[in-house]
Amino acid sequence: MSIFTLITSAAETAAAHGDEAASAGLPQLDPSSWPSQLFWLTFTFGILYALMHTKFLPAIGGAIEERRDRIADDLDKASEFKREADDAENAYNQALADAKAKAQGIAAETRAEVDKDIAEMQAGTDAALEQQVAAAEARITGMKADAAAKVREAAAETARAIVETLIDEAPTSDAAAKAVSTVSNAS
Amino acid sequence: MIDIRAAGPMEQFEILPIIALDFAGVDISFTNSSLWMVIATSAIVLFFFLATRRAALIPGRVQSAVEVLYEFVSDLVRDTIGADGRKFFPYVFTLFIFILAANLFGLVPSIPGTPAEIHTFTPTSHLIVTLALAMVTISIVLIYGFWKNGLKFFKLFAPSGLPIYMYALIVPIEIISFLSRPISLAVRLFANMFAGHIILKLFAGFVVSLLSAGGAVMLFGIAPFLGAVAVTALEFLVAALQAYVFAVLTCIYLSDAAHAADH
Repeated sequence: MSIFTLITSAAETAAAHGDEAASAGLPQLDPSSWPSQLFWLTFTFGILYALMHTKFLPAIGGAIEERRDRIADDLDKASEFKREADDAENAYNQALADAKAKAQGIAAETRAEVDKDIAEMQAGTDAALEQQVAAAEARITGMKADAAAKVREAAAETARAIVETLIDEAPTSDAAAKAVSTVSNAS
Repeated sequence: MIDIRAAGPMEQFEILPIIALDFAGVDISFTNSSLWMVIATSAIVLFFFLATRRAALIPGRVQSAVEVLYEFVSDLVRDTIGADGRKFFPYVFTLFIFILAANLFGLVPSIPGTPAEIHTFTPTSHLIVTLALAMVTISIVLIYGFWKNGLKFFKLFAPSGLPIYMYALIVPIEIISFLSRPISLAVRLFANMFAGHIILKLFAGFVVSLLSAGGAVMLFGIAPFLGAVAVTALEFLVAALQAYVFAVLTCIYLSDAAHAADH
């Protein structure tokens, strides 16, 4: 037997089985089995539907829903905590800014006070100094006038003495003074 | 010659009674189809029971898995139907998970040597099952559509804003498209499961035939075996995809019912 005849015979065997079944008709088209199939389909499918509808699907859906709610809750909570943290941070920043402003206020106040004190003290000192200067100036003026008068007197005395020596006649002191003042004014 | 026999590609779809039951003259026997419907449903119930036993704030692995499924279908319903969709969510979810489980359990290989009655069976590979599911969807669409919109539900067939003469063309098209919805919905799922399992069984059948030929020819069994593996992977995709498609189309039809008056 050649290989080809063997394969052919194998194929024929398979085909022969097919022919047998075909001659008996398709099992699908045999109506006698239909009521049984329909009955058991209704039975199994019905039970499965009832269990799915009343038990399994609500349980699975519930679990998924619960998880979704829980996650949403947790997210809400987290955002709330974040908001609280932000609030606390803002409050801290506010307090810090207040304290800074207050510190600056105190510093400015103190500086103003010190400045005022310094200004007052300076004004007082200035006034005292001015007074002293004025007094000193008045004294100087007085002393100057004194000195000038004394110089003139001495000049007149000297002039009288010179004139007496030259002409043996002493002019009156008034005349001498007058002459001196004329000369000093002219020079 | 190794004495093994490959089952024919159609044998896997045969309905085999396990417990004969009779209700008012109607045969409602517990069959291999019923068995796998019960297995798929029980597995879902067990899975969801474990997941929701302790609904924790921080979900475990199983709870995370069902929450992903829940959010997936929930988003689908909300995005497609809108706010009205909430009340249809349990139905769409049950539909999706039921079809998904039925499709996937059908891909579990049968245990060799066990009686054919408990071999793996895909309930959704039978047109009557998918047609029943499609009719439930369409019934909900019709009942809810008329309850919500009254006679304005018929505006579904006549979208506003078209030139008058266009309605002569559009209205028949819309009516035909609406009437073909349950059929396309049912046939799409059924045909995908049916064809996928036939291809799987054909590849597997070739492997068995080549192995039973014995000798060096057995080596040729590798090619269909790899094909069967690849198709199995594809079928896992199709199983999930068809469950999703069924749910999406159900949502789209329900959305039509909810918003028919706005058309």
